[in-house]
Amino acid sequence: MKFGVVIFPGSNCEQDCHYAIQSVLGKPVEYIWHQDTSVKGFDAVILPGGFSYGDYLRTGALAKFSPVMNAIAEFAKKGGLVFGICNGFQILTESGLLPGALLRNVGLKYVCEFETLKTENIDTPFTNLMEMGQLLRIPIGHGDGNFFADADTLKRIEDNGQVLFRYADSAGQITREANPNGSLNNIAGIVNEQRNVLGMMPHPDRSSEAILGSADGKLIFESMVNALVTK
Amino acid sequence: MRATVIVTLKPTVLDPQGMTIHRSLAPLGLTDITDVRQGKIFHLQLKDGSREQVERFAKEVLTNPVIEEYRVIWE
Repeated sequence: MKFGVVIFPGSNCEQDCHYAIQSVLGKPVEYIWHQDTSVKGFDAVILPGGFSYGDYLRTGALAKFSPVMNAIAEFAKKGGLVFGICNGFQILTESGLLPGALLRNVGLKYVCEFETLKTENIDTPFTNLMEMGQLLRIPIGHGDGNFFADADTLKRIEDNGQVLFRYADSAGQITREANPNGSLNNIAGIVNEQRNVLGMMPHPDRSSEAILGSADGKLIFESMVNALVTK
Repeated sequence: MRATVIVTLKPTVLDPQGMTIHRSLAPLGLTDITDVRQGKIFHLQLKDGSREQVERFAKEVLTNPVIEEYRVIWE
């Protein structure tokens, strides 16, 4: 089993992801350069956070033209696990691998704080070790995390059970106050229809061991390992 | 030949930046301006007869069709 972490010009969380896989999970992981044209040999690919291409034009918009993205689209089509965190989520929506878009936060501010996420679907390769409704403490750090989709798309995502995580209060209630960025339906993370591509704004890579304030993020990476082992 | 591409958020998409800018109008007494929407503008220099390329560039790169729309002004 081998994880890959893609580096785009402007990525800045690739080391956090690499560390979480290698040192916390103890699994093999290698970096993938954005100019690479193949992801052969990898079982899961992570698109890390950061500011790919300076976030010029739109967040994640220019990264989709990196050669590696064609390979990742092919990989995803064949059922490979793809996980976009923060800027990685933005790249996945811009590339059309996930529905919707990430708009500027409603409050216009960059928000950097711990959030409580409610797990909404445990029948996926990313959440198979959680309990339904489980609350996770995972931090965000973004200025453009306001999830948007048109009404039809939003209904389809909801009806298909593609929403994996929502921003909740500490009691697990999905409230307006618990929503840090204005995301529709408090959406923090979604999967594609096939359930093998996940994008989320919160950072499990920044919450994979207790010394970071929470180890809840590790559950997502461990679920991926579990999915790959039992496949 | 020049083309100007104007990219704006769709009317159905919330524009928090435009709303914030709009709030600055009241202190100035500019109360006849009832709405502000922020967008982007791109000036393109082209060879003659490359309209198709501009349309494709606007559609596939400059605009995210999930949230934005564009129009082109030809000069």
